[in-house]
Amino acid sequence: MARKISMKQAINEALDQEMARDPSVICMGEDIVGGAGGEGERDAWGGVLGVTKGLYAKHGDRLMDTPLSESAYIGAAIGAAACGMRPVAELMFIDFMGVCFDQIFNQAAKFKYMFGGKAETPVVIRAMVGAGFRAAAQHSQMLTPLFTHIPGIKVVCPSTPYDTKGLLIQAIRDNDPVIFCEHKNLYGFEGEVPEASYAIPFGEANVVRDGRDATVVAYGLMVHRALEAAASLAKEGIEIEIVDLRTLSPIDMDTVLDSVTKTGRLVCVDEANPRCSIAADVSAQVAMRAFGALKAGIEMVTPPHVPVPFSPPLEDLYIPSAAQVAAAVRKTLKGGRH
Amino acid sequence: MSGITPIVMPKWGLSMQEGRVVEWLVEEGARIEVGMAILEVETDKIANAVEAADAGTLRRRVAAEGEVLPVKALLGVMAGSDVSDAEIDAYVAGYVTPVADEAGEEAAPATRFIEVDGLRIRYARRGTAEGTPVLLIHGYGGDLDNWLFNIDAIGERLPVIAFDLPGHGQSSVAVPGNDVAALAAFTGRLMEALEVGTAHLVGHSLGGAIACELALSQPGRVASLGLIASAGFGDEIDEGYTRGFATAQSKRDLKAVMEMLFADPAAVTRQMLDDVLKYKRLDGVGELLGRLCDGLFAGGRQQAQPGLRLAGCGKPVLAVWGREDRIVPAAHAERVPRPATVAVLDGAGHMVQMEKANEVNRLILKHVAG
Amino acid sequence: MAGNPFPLSKAELLKAYRTMRTIREFEERLHVDFGRGDIPGFVHLYAGEEAAAAGIMIHLGDGDRIASTHRGHGHCIAKGVDVGEMMLEIYGKKGGSCNGKGGSMHIADLSKGMMGANGILGAGAPLVCGAALAAKYRKKGEVAISFVGDGASNQGTFLESLNLAAVWNLPAIFVVENNGYAESTSRDYGVAVDSYVDRAAGFGLPGITVDGTDFFAVYEAAGEIIRRAREGGGPSLLECKMVRFHGHFEGDAQTYRGPGELDDIRANHDCLKKFAAQVTAAGVISADELAPIDREALAVVEDAVARAKAAPLPTVADLTTDVYVSY
Repeated sequence: MARKISMKQAINEALDQEMARDPSVICMGEDIVGGAGGEGERDAWGGVLGVTKGLYAKHGDRLMDTPLSESAYIGAAIGAAACGMRPVAELMFIDFMGVCFDQIFNQAAKFKYMFGGKAETPVVIRAMVGAGFRAAAQHSQMLTPLFTHIPGIKVVCPSTPYDTKGLLIQAIRDNDPVIFCEHKNLYGFEGEVPEASYAIPFGEANVVRDGRDATVVAYGLMVHRALEAAASLAKEGIEIEIVDLRTLSPIDMDTVLDSVTKTGRLVCVDEANPRCSIAADVSAQVAMRAFGALKAGIEMVTPPHVPVPFSPPLEDLYIPSAAQVAAAVRKTLKGGRH
Repeated sequence: MSGITPIVMPKWGLSMQEGRVVEWLVEEGARIEVGMAILEVETDKIANAVEAADAGTLRRRVAAEGEVLPVKALLGVMAGSDVSDAEIDAYVAGYVTPVADEAGEEAAPATRFIEVDGLRIRYARRGTAEGTPVLLIHGYGGDLDNWLFNIDAIGERLPVIAFDLPGHGQSSVAVPGNDVAALAAFTGRLMEALEVGTAHLVGHSLGGAIACELALSQPGRVASLGLIASAGFGDEIDEGYTRGFATAQSKRDLKAVMEMLFADPAAVTRQMLDDVLKYKRLDGVGELLGRLCDGLFAGGRQQAQPGLRLAGCGKPVLAVWGREDRIVPAAHAERVPRPATVAVLDGAGHMVQMEKANEVNRLILKHVAG
Repeated sequence: MAGNPFPLSKAELLKAYRTMRTIREFEERLHVDFGRGDIPGFVHLYAGEEAAAAGIMIHLGDGDRIASTHRGHGHCIAKGVDVGEMMLEIYGKKGGSCNGKGGSMHIADLSKGMMGANGILGAGAPLVCGAALAAKYRKKGEVAISFVGDGASNQGTFLESLNLAAVWNLPAIFVVENNGYAESTSRDYGVAVDSYVDRAAGFGLPGITVDGTDFFAVYEAAGEIIRRAREGGGPSLLECKMVRFHGHFEGDAQTYRGPGELDDIRANHDCLKKFAAQVTAAGVISADELAPIDREALAVVEDAVARAKAAPLPTVADLTTDVYVSY
C-alpha cells in the first residue's frame, strides 16, 4: 500500500478510472474543465478547486463545462441518466441546490417509484459541503438532512481518501441517483489509497475506533473531530467507539445499534443544523430501537440553529469542536443510570 | 547488569510500529518458564501473547495495562533473586528504546514487487543474509501478512521470503490457473525470478498443497516441507468458508466467515476485517476468488491431494495442525506420509501459525535446522 | 379519385386519424367517468389539442424521447403507450403503466421513449436536454422533444434549457402548446412577448408558430425541425396555437372564459373535424372510411375502461417496492 493521496486526488482518480472503464460515464458542471470558448487554456481550472484537473486531457469532450444554469444542467444529467448514460454532475457548492432542487427531489428521486419501477436514473451529483472556508451562509452549509429526507435518492459523505475513492466508484456504478457530498475542508486530507479500482458498498458504516465507554456517531469532517476528542479522552481513561456512517441514505443503523448495545451511551456529532438532522435521526432511532441498552440520555453535538456566519471567530464557534465532542462524552458518562 | 533479561514490545509483521499492553498474565515474583505467556499485546491487526524466550523470575512490570508503546519498548524485567531492586530500578531508568532500525526500514521498503509471467507479485525479504532461504506460501484468500508472527522469528536464523500469490494481497488480480499445479509451477518460476535455487517451503493451507506439488514436480527447488494446516491430504474442506469468503460483500458477512478460521472468534479484529475487505473490494477479486473456488474446491471437495503422494519424496516433512481447525480437518494430520514430524496443537484453529505463533515458530526453526 | 395532395400516404393518414380519434375518445370518456366520481386525483384532459401530439409524434420512433406535461394523455397515446395500461393507471389499478403508483400526471413508458407526464410545470425541458445529450453520444440521429404549455413557457427551467440546448447544439425540440390559458390565467396576461418565435430568437434558436389545430401545419413544421435536429442542426422551438375543450383540470367550471367561447371552439376549431374535412374534400379518404375508425377507437376505450374497472387494486405489498434499484 503505502501510497498516500489527498481526498481531492482520490475523487479525480475515481472519475478517471470509471470514465476509462465505462464509456457511458460523462461529467458536467460549471468550470469542471474551465476556459471553454475562450482564447486561453482549456482545462484552465479543472473545477473551481481543481478537483477534475487533468481529466479533460484524458477524456476530452466527455467532460463538459456548462453555463451557470444549475436547473438546466442538473436536469440534463438526470435526463441523460434516464436515457442510458451515467452522468456525474458537479453542483460545485451544495448550497446551489436551491435553484435546481426540483430536478433532484421531484424528478430523479421519483422516477423509479412514480413510474412503477420501470425507470432507472444512475446519476451522481457531486457537491462540496461544510463550513470552515470563511465562505459564509450560502457556500458553507451541511445540507445532508434535506436529501436523506427524500426516498429515492442516496446520500454519501466520506471522511477519508480511501472511502472517497471507493464510495465515488460505487456511486457511479450504482443504479440509483446519488448525492455525493465532499467536505471542502477535507480535500487536502491525505491517506492510503490503492491504485486499483474498488467499490465500497453503500449502507455499511465504518467503525474507525474501538472503545467500551461511549459510542460517537459522526460523518465527514466530524469523524476527525471525534478522533481528536478520542485522543484527549483516552488520556482520562475514557475509550470511545467512533462510528463513521459514510453513507447517510442508506444508513447502517445495525452497526450503530451494535455499538450502543456494547457501550450503553451515545453521542451524535453532526455538522448540519440540529433540527431534523442526521444526529436527530440517529438519536431517535437508537432511542426507539435500543432504549433498554442506554445507560444515559443521548447527547447531540451540532452547530447552533443559525446560518453559517462569516467572521472567522464566529465560524469557528459555529463548527462543532473536538472539545465539544469530548464534553458531550463526559456528560453522558456522568449522567443516567449505572 | 548481568542476570537481567528485558521483556520488550515485540515486532509482529512488516508494519507494526507500536502495540497496546492489554493484560499482564503473570504476577511480579512469579517463576517464568520458556514459552510461557507473560502478557497480552494488541496491535491494530491482532492480539497475541508475548511468550518468554528465557526462563527466570518476573521482577518488574514496567508497562501499564492499556499503555501504547513502540516496538522494543521495555515492558518488564526478569531477573534472578540475586539482583537487587535497586539494580532493577537503575536498569529500567537507563533503558533506551532502540529506534535505529526505524530509519533503516524507511530506506528499504518492507515489500517489493517483481514481475513474473506478466503478473506483478508482491514479496518481502527478511532475515539473515546467509543460509538456505525459507519461502512462506500463504493460503487461499490470504496474503503475506498471514505470516505476521512468524516471518521475523524465522528470520533470526535464516533468510525468509514471503509473497502474495497471484490474485491475492497486493499482487496482480489474475491467476496463472485455477488449480494447484498451475500455482505450484508459477511459484517455481517466482523462485527462479528471485534467484532462489533451493528453499525450505513453508506453506499454509492451499500454500501447503502448492509446496507439496512443487516438491513432487521440481524436487530440486525444495530442501524441506513445512506444512501448516495444509491442504492436499484429503478431499474434505469447509465449503461454507471457501465459498463464503469469495462471496462475502459486507463486513458483517465477512466477519462470520473469518471467525471460522480461529479457535477463538475474538481473534478476528476490526483491522483484520478492514484489511481483508480492502483486498476483496478491488475490482475483479470477487470473481477471481469464485473461479479459484470452482477450480480448487469443485463440489466443495479438494480437487488435488499432492500430499498423499509425498511418500518416498525424500524431503524432511513437518506437518502442524490446530486441533480445532474448521477448514481443513486436523484428522488429515494422520494421513501425512511418514517419516514426518507431525504436531496437532490444542486451542488453535486453521490459523495455527498466528494463534500458536511461538510454538509453530519453534517447530519450524527446529525443522529447518535439520 | 384525384391524386393525394398530402405529404402522407393514405395509410399514414388513417393512422394519424386513428391516433387523434383514440385520444379524443379516451379524454371524453375520462371527463364523464371523472364526473361520476370513478377516478381518483387530478386529471387534465388533452381533448381539442390532438393534432399537435399526432402531427409531431408521427415523425418519431421509440428511440426518440419526449417529456410531457401534466396534460399528458395525448402525448402518451401518440407516442405508442398502451391505452389499456394507461386506463388502468388512471384508475389506480395494478398492471397500470406505473402499477398504480403514478396516476394520470405521471404516466411513462421509457421503452416507448415516453419519459413521463410531469406534475411540475417546465420540469421536462432540462430532462429533454439530457435525453438529447444522450442521443448525441449515441450518434443514431435520435431527437428529444419537450412539451410545455404557454404557462410553463415562463418557467426558469424552460428558459435555461433553451439556452443550454443552443449552447450544446443538442438535437432537442421545445414544443409550446399554447392553448391560451395558464390554468385560469390568459396567455396574454402571463407572457410579455407576442410571439414565441421572438422568444426563441432571444435564446439563439429558430422558432416557428403554427396553427396547432391543423394537423398538416403541425406535421410539416415538426417534420422540418426534427429532420434538422437529426442531422446535427441543433434545437428549435415550435409553437402550436391550439384550443382546450375542457378546463385546466376536471372540475374546473371555466368561468374565466368569455361567453360562447367554448361553443365556438368546439364548432370551429376542432382539429378532428378539420382533419376529416381536409381529407374528404381532397377525395383521399371518404367519410365511410373514417366511421369504422371512430367505432374502433370507441371500442378500444370502452374495453380499456371495462378492464380498468375490473382490475385489482394495488396492495400493501406494493407500497414499499420500487423506491430504489437496490437499497
